[in-house]
Amino acid sequence: MEKQELIEKVNSVLAEEFEVEESIITPEANIKTTLQLDSLSLVDMVALIESEFGVKILPADLAKVQTFEALYDYLAERV
Amino acid sequence: MMRRVVITGMGIWSCLGKSLDEVRDSLYNGKSGIILDPVRKEMGFRSGLTAKVDIPDLKGILTRSQRAYMPEQAKYAYCATVEALRNAGIDQDYLDKHDVGLMYGNDSAVDPAVRAVDTIREKHDTTLCGSGAIFQSMNSTVTMNLGTIFRLRGINLTVSGACASGAHAIGLGALLIQTGLQDMVVCGGAQEVNPFSVGSFDGISAFSIREDAPEKASRPFDRDRDGLVPGGGAATVIIEEYEHAVKRGAPIIAEILGYGFSANGDHISSPNVEGPSKSLRMAIERSGVNIDEIGYINAHATSTHVGDTNEAKAIYNVFGDRRIEVTSTKSQTGHEMWMAGASEIIYSMLMMKNDFIAANINFENPDEDSAKLLIPNRRIEKHFDTFLSNSFGFGGTNATLIVRNIK
Repeated sequence: MEKQELIEKVNSVLAEEFEVEESIITPEANIKTTLQLDSLSLVDMVALIESEFGVKILPADLAKVQTFEALYDYLAERV
Repeated sequence: MMRRVVITGMGIWSCLGKSLDEVRDSLYNGKSGIILDPVRKEMGFRSGLTAKVDIPDLKGILTRSQRAYMPEQAKYAYCATVEALRNAGIDQDYLDKHDVGLMYGNDSAVDPAVRAVDTIREKHDTTLCGSGAIFQSMNSTVTMNLGTIFRLRGINLTVSGACASGAHAIGLGALLIQTGLQDMVVCGGAQEVNPFSVGSFDGISAFSIREDAPEKASRPFDRDRDGLVPGGGAATVIIEEYEHAVKRGAPIIAEILGYGFSANGDHISSPNVEGPSKSLRMAIERSGVNIDEIGYINAHATSTHVGDTNEAKAIYNVFGDRRIEVTSTKSQTGHEMWMAGASEIIYSMLMMKNDFIAANINFENPDEDSAKLLIPNRRIEKHFDTFLSNSFGFGGTNATLIVRNIK
C-alpha cells in the first residue's frame, strides 16, 4: 500500500469509527485529543487498526504513537 | 401500614411493535411476531423459529462510547425506558435531582461473550476483543448501561430469575417502595434475540418445530403444541409510591396490589403444580383482593406440554370453576423469557386500558387440563379492572403479580 493511500484509509476508518469530521485529522494533531479517546476507546482504536491493517500496536509502542504522523509511520513500516 | 405502589409509565420494544400504540394494535388484531430464521437453520438449529425483533439504531442518539458498551438487549431496554419515562412525565432534570432506582430482569448476555471468546481463540490476544466486550457480556449489562445513561442513583440491580426475571424485578422493586427504601424504581425485563443466546436451549428439544407455519407454532394450552418459540426485546414500567406520584402530578394508571413468589425445590426444567399454586395464593393473599375481582389471568404458558399442563392445574387449583378468561400472550410473541414477566404486565395493562382480552391464538383444541379453563381463541371485548400475571422459570422459580386499574 502506498503511503498516501494508507494515510487516507487511516483517516477514513478512524473518522468513521470515532464519529469525527475527517477534516480535523491532521498529521501533527494529537490522536487522543482529536478522536476524544479515553482509556477504553483507546483499546478500540488498537482493535480497529489491527482489524483494518493487520498490525497490532504493541502496548510498549502505544506511548510513542501520539500523533497521526507517528501512526502513519508506524503502520507504513509494518503493513 | 405498607405504602401503596402505582405504575405511572410504561414502554416496550417487542416483536409486536416498537411503541405502546403499535403493541396494543397487534394484540387487538391477534398478530403473530414469529418467523422462520434461515440463519439458524444454517447454524444447525433443530428449530429455526424465533420472534422477529429489530435492533434499534441509536447512532446520533447516544454517544459512540455509550453504544459500544450496549448489547442488543440493552438497546431494547433503552428504547423501552425512554418511552416509559416520557409517559410517566419524568425528564433528565428530575432524574438528576432524585434517587431513582433501577431493577431489571436479565439472565444472559451470550452473543458478546461468544464473540470475545472467538476473538481470543483466533487472535490469541485479549485487547482485540475491544472495550465493549466486558460491559456487554456481564449479566448486569442492562442495569449498568441504563444506570449510567440516565444517571440513576438509587438501587441498581439486575434480577436473574430465569423466565420469571422480569416479574421478580417488578415485585422486588415494589417491595422497596412499600417499605420506604425507594420512592421510584425503573423496573423491567430484557431478552437478547440472537441465535447464540438460545442455541443450547434448542439443543434440549424445547422449541416447536412447526416451521411450515411460523405464526401457528406458539400455541399455549393447545392439545397439539410441540414446544416454545424463543422471543425477546424489552419492557419497562415506572413504579412509584402513591402519594409521591400524586404530589408530582404523575399519570397514575394502575396499582401493584400483590407479589407472590415460591420455588418448586424440584426438577430443574419440569415445573410442578404445588410451587406455582403457592405463588398464586401468596399474591392473592398479599393483594387483599377478593378472588372474584380478578377479571383476567395472563398465564405464563409457553406452549410446552408439561409447563402448560401444570400451570392449568395450578390455576384450576386456585380459581376452581370460576369462569375467568385465561390467555397466554406468548401465543403471539413466543417466549420472551427474561423479559416476559415485565412485558406481560404491559400487554395485560394495554388490554385492561382498552377493554379487551387478546385472543390466545392457535388454541384450537383443549387438552384434559386446559379444557377446565376459560381460554378464548378469539378476542373478547370486555372491561376488567384487576388482573393476575404468572411467570415461572427454570430451577422452579415462580412469581405472580396482581395489578388493579386506576382511572
